[in-house]
Amino acid sequence: MTTVALASYVAVASTRFRTLLQYRVAALAGIATQIFWGLLKLMVLGAFYEVATTPPPMSFEAIVVYVWLGQCLFVLLPYNIDPDLREMFRSGSVAYEMLRPLSLYWHWFSRTLAFRTAPALLRLIPGLAFALIILRLIGLDQWVMPLPASGIHALAFAVSIGFMVVFSVAFQMLVNASMFWLMDSRGMVNLSAGFVMVLCGMIIPLPLFPDWLQPFLYWQPFRALCDIPFRIYSGDIPVDALISHLALQCGWSLAFIGIGITLLNRAQRQLVVQGG
Amino acid sequence: MSALALFGKYMGVSIRAQMQYRGSFLLYATGQFIATGVEVIGIWALFDRFGNLGIWTLAHIAVFYGTVNMAFAVADTFSRGFDYFGSTMVRTGDFDRILLRPRSTAFQIAGQDFPLHRIGRFTQGALVFAYGVLTLNLDWSVLAVVLWCMAFAGMFFFFYGLLIFQATLSFWSTESLEVMNLFVYGGVEASQYPLSIYEDWFRSFFTYVIPLGCVAYFPIVGVLGIEDPLGSTAFFQWLAPAAGFVFFCVSLMFWQFGVRHYTSTGS
Repeated sequence: MTTVALASYVAVASTRFRTLLQYRVAALAGIATQIFWGLLKLMVLGAFYEVATTPPPMSFEAIVVYVWLGQCLFVLLPYNIDPDLREMFRSGSVAYEMLRPLSLYWHWFSRTLAFRTAPALLRLIPGLAFALIILRLIGLDQWVMPLPASGIHALAFAVSIGFMVVFSVAFQMLVNASMFWLMDSRGMVNLSAGFVMVLCGMIIPLPLFPDWLQPFLYWQPFRALCDIPFRIYSGDIPVDALISHLALQCGWSLAFIGIGITLLNRAQRQLVVQGG
Repeated sequence: MSALALFGKYMGVSIRAQMQYRGSFLLYATGQFIATGVEVIGIWALFDRFGNLGIWTLAHIAVFYGTVNMAFAVADTFSRGFDYFGSTMVRTGDFDRILLRPRSTAFQIAGQDFPLHRIGRFTQGALVFAYGVLTLNLDWSVLAVVLWCMAFAGMFFFFYGLLIFQATLSFWSTESLEVMNLFVYGGVEASQYPLSIYEDWFRSFFTYVIPLGCVAYFPIVGVLGIEDPLGSTAFFQWLAPAAGFVFFCVSLMFWQFGVRHYTSTGS
């Protein structure tokens, strides 16, 4: 990739990013909903922890981290589709996208990157403020999110969040590519979002699933989204396992980028655009 | 033409339109089935790991979960017009046309659209409900059936009322509507578990401010025939679903109030 090309991808991403930063009211309403969700989840999980007869595989503190990071970073997950992109497919203007002197994959990758990160950034500050500070002020100490387990964990967490974003966008690109075959993408998006939510740990933290499922859950790709970074933050993943977990995230991200490029190349070769 | 016949016509038009794209409809309905059904996997896993939640077993939760999901799916199907009222009717000024017609506004908005793919949520709710009922081997006396139907109707009216509230707010702002999702989807989520497991302040809010507990928890406890850990009496359990209907009436009054304050955006 030449420097000029790279600069144009950065330009695409940053323009989209700045546009999306305008939606501040929507972000506040959104994080209010996520906070409510977080409290609900903690109450349900807390009720189960109270009746636990054998020690659960994860401390309640690690659960609190898992839930709050999940709610604050929810919009980083590939749960919906860029409405502008959807409209491009409906109107046929997707053909113009293919005329640009850019790689279609990396162009849309940059767009999607901005589409995922801008709303997340807007929600992150009020979300963290609630989880770290406000909860303590209103006296709900048992649900306050602790700080990262150690300096090393904090550093690894930062890297891991980077991989989480890359993986999320790489997976989203597969959903985007599917629109070349499906006129109405809503069903497909709901379907894939459902699977992703379970397998990444958004529904319940993955370690709480039955023990016989754990080997499968360990090796499936969607752990790269929530499970790995959140458990690094809480220290549930020990220091000597940090590198292997980051490598796993990196590997899955590269694999999904590879699949995405192949899929998009194939899609472009057989595209028929509606006239009009 | 009678109101009922006209409503039937509205439904017919909407359904025929959706059936033009059968493949799309099927995929969308399946998507709904999966997307709303994944919660079940989480609930199952928690019971598998921790065992019963005090007096509550997985089958009990299934009855709560199934009932609220079925009721919400039905309410959601019949109130779709209200759901996107702000983003379409008010923003574009299309509501003016509704005002000119010789039928009530709420009636016309209710007849706008009937998204059938909600059957996805309904079906998964029904399956979970069936699992709960069959496992518990419930005694379905006539009284229990009547009480369950009242709970179902109460939830239907409650969720319908919430959606009318949300639509009415759009007479003043088309921005802040996402906050209502908190009550609508948060409410569905919260009532999938029995109210008794939550903290006091949360429980009070969802009983006295937003009467979700009245329609979703107390009558179902009566249907299950177990002693309520919150200590409600049978009399109260029979009375509680009426709160849903009252809530619905209040929201309709709020709607009338909103319509009177409507100023068109012009064309």
